[in-house]
Amino acid sequence: MAVTAPTAPIETKPATVNDPQVIAEKIKLQYPDAVESASAQGIVVKNNRLPDVARYLHDSPDLAFDYLHNLTSVDWQDRFEVVYHLSSLVRGGAPLVLKVNAAREDPHVPSLVPVYRGADFQEREVYDMMGIRFDGHPYLRRILLWDGFVGHPLRKDYHEPYYEEDKKPFGSRWDKGHHVIAEDRNPWHDNVQYPANFDSTTYQPPRDQIRTIGIEEAKAKKLRTDKIVLNIGPQHPSTHGVLRLKVTIDGETIIAVEPVLGYLHRNHEKIGERNTFLQNMPYTDRLDYVTSMANNLAYAVAVEKLLGIKPPERAEYIRVIMAELTRFVNHILAIGFIYNDLGAFYTPVVYGFEERELILDLFEAASGSRMMCNYIRFGGVARDLPDGFLDKLQYLVNERFPRVTDTLETYLVKNEIFNARARNVGILPRDVAINYSAAGPVLRASGIKYDVRRAEPYSIYDRFEFDIPTGTIGDMHDRFTIRIAEMRASLSILKQAVKQIPAGEIQTGKKNYQARAPKGDAYGRAENPKGELGFYLVGDGGPNPYRYHVRSPAFINLGALNEMARGYKVADLIVILGSVDITMGEVDR
Amino acid sequence: MAFGLGVLRGMSITMSRVIKTYIGDFKHLGKPHDPKTLAERQSVRGSGIFTIQYPEEKLKPQENFRLIPMLLYEPLVDEKTGKPMIDEKTGKEVVASERCTSCGICSKVCPPQCIWIVRATKDGKPQPKSAEFYIDIDVCMNCGMCAEFCPFDSIKMDHDY
Repeated sequence: MAVTAPTAPIETKPATVNDPQVIAEKIKLQYPDAVESASAQGIVVKNNRLPDVARYLHDSPDLAFDYLHNLTSVDWQDRFEVVYHLSSLVRGGAPLVLKVNAAREDPHVPSLVPVYRGADFQEREVYDMMGIRFDGHPYLRRILLWDGFVGHPLRKDYHEPYYEEDKKPFGSRWDKGHHVIAEDRNPWHDNVQYPANFDSTTYQPPRDQIRTIGIEEAKAKKLRTDKIVLNIGPQHPSTHGVLRLKVTIDGETIIAVEPVLGYLHRNHEKIGERNTFLQNMPYTDRLDYVTSMANNLAYAVAVEKLLGIKPPERAEYIRVIMAELTRFVNHILAIGFIYNDLGAFYTPVVYGFEERELILDLFEAASGSRMMCNYIRFGGVARDLPDGFLDKLQYLVNERFPRVTDTLETYLVKNEIFNARARNVGILPRDVAINYSAAGPVLRASGIKYDVRRAEPYSIYDRFEFDIPTGTIGDMHDRFTIRIAEMRASLSILKQAVKQIPAGEIQTGKKNYQARAPKGDAYGRAENPKGELGFYLVGDGGPNPYRYHVRSPAFINLGALNEMARGYKVADLIVILGSVDITMGEVDR
Repeated sequence: MAFGLGVLRGMSITMSRVIKTYIGDFKHLGKPHDPKTLAERQSVRGSGIFTIQYPEEKLKPQENFRLIPMLLYEPLVDEKTGKPMIDEKTGKEVVASERCTSCGICSKVCPPQCIWIVRATKDGKPQPKSAEFYIDIDVCMNCGMCAEFCPFDSIKMDHDY
């Protein structure tokens, strides 16, 4: 595998707005009939002209929308709407919203995979959940659910087992009260729906096809070995959750990797649409259970965008402190787990856990729970910091954590075995990383200086001085060291925040447990430790979201795994997976 | 740099951890599970590894710690002894009054909808107290929102883990 020479990282300029109306005019010059309408909510593009428009936006040098953040769909009951969030990594700013309508009966939308490879998994997810067919997609197949599943669960007319009402709170719990203890309902009896005429003894799943990417290459080389499909998992001990990797190998060389997902799927998004906005907060803890505070923050950012409220100063500082502590926790575990995957069983992880324990104690003191924090509220935080919290934090960020980070670097980064195995392995070139919509440390390790905290500052991140570390070639070594550099950057933000935190209110207005969102949509995002975590929310005037979608960074980063692992040996695969840093709770949602 | 030096450095760090753990053990020799010892070793300045023999020993939970919601009540107090009266049939304390007014906020804010309340009625008129109050622990997700939003401080989160 050729090693590309290190190049200067791309710099992201601070926020410039991608005004939909201006861009729509530019599209109209090129394709007069492609735009249906343009407003602040986004540009509605004609269904059949979408690939042209996307290609133009992607290739045009002055627009250069080279990055697809998010792809999702909304069921409006009379039609489907597919929503794309695009942005330019060079310009930064809020993403541009493209919308495409599709018929309610037999919906078809042209696939964007030829333009943005990052659309691959996301289009499969939309097909799985909404049943929208993407014409031209190379491998349109269910991704989170099993192949025999009947129906598309995110459609509004789909009712799950034990369906009570469309929206919580259910009237049966109070007013018309009766009680049915959950245990009394037989879980193996009536909560499973099978297709018509289904017989489990004779059911044959559709034949797995080997994905054709890479096989042509092998043919050209006239190799005399046979290709084998190797199933790694589900439940491989050093994968980070229940994941199956279908690996096509030629000898020991990987030809293609296909992640098989959905073992932890619980349809988080449908649950979110049943819940009220506030009720959904504890569910976001369970997305990526290592970084629950940061998930809370990203969700609160999105809902506050929709509701139009702003938290007071002290709450903003508390949020930043919690988010950066989470980043430290996540990265210290991630680097430990990379070592775990390399075969250094548990020693580095446990050293990481030792520091994590102290941070979790702080989380427990503030929020009441160590992992499922449920701490951030819309327009503030749940409760003020307890006594002694800031003193402990001060000691940790000024003395203990810098020392720990230095120690980690000395004994982990300078380890020869690690260097021999991680350098020039699992390279993700810069343009591939962008095209696959990789986010967070994976993107930055490939040399792109893109961070949501800088590109579209949320909360009060525009006040702090901090570095955005970047890698050079995007190999495993870069993805490892970048996490240590980000831990340092987090510590520098924490030091500033602890020094500056003011006294005062922690909640704007009165706490409202049934906040009503106006009609409209909002895409709120935050730089989570694993990448950009985005929430796409559609409000319909009530206390429940009409549509709730999670842009899960780990899910989309996993889409680039095939590119990272192709051409390397099977023994490297688990480490490459470790360097992507996934949590299955977030991938499968 | 000689090959293997980085590996040796890693080993030396592991060794120093072992030593730190033993130093801590010797410092608190004879009273390893004293609450004071645990608090010191658990603190941000602590170093080395130590073990808590759960469930025989427990660390003191933080004040905000939340586990399972519980409904508060005032027990009926025996005037002679000053102790709560015990129901002979069930072996439980006799409830004099509950703080709950059956306003239903907890059941509306509960994310998994695990709270059921039946409002008490007297002569067909609704009363500000509950006739039945169920918290289904099987589906409770310990989020603590019922306690947070209860206007009468009637629900609190349990500390007994």
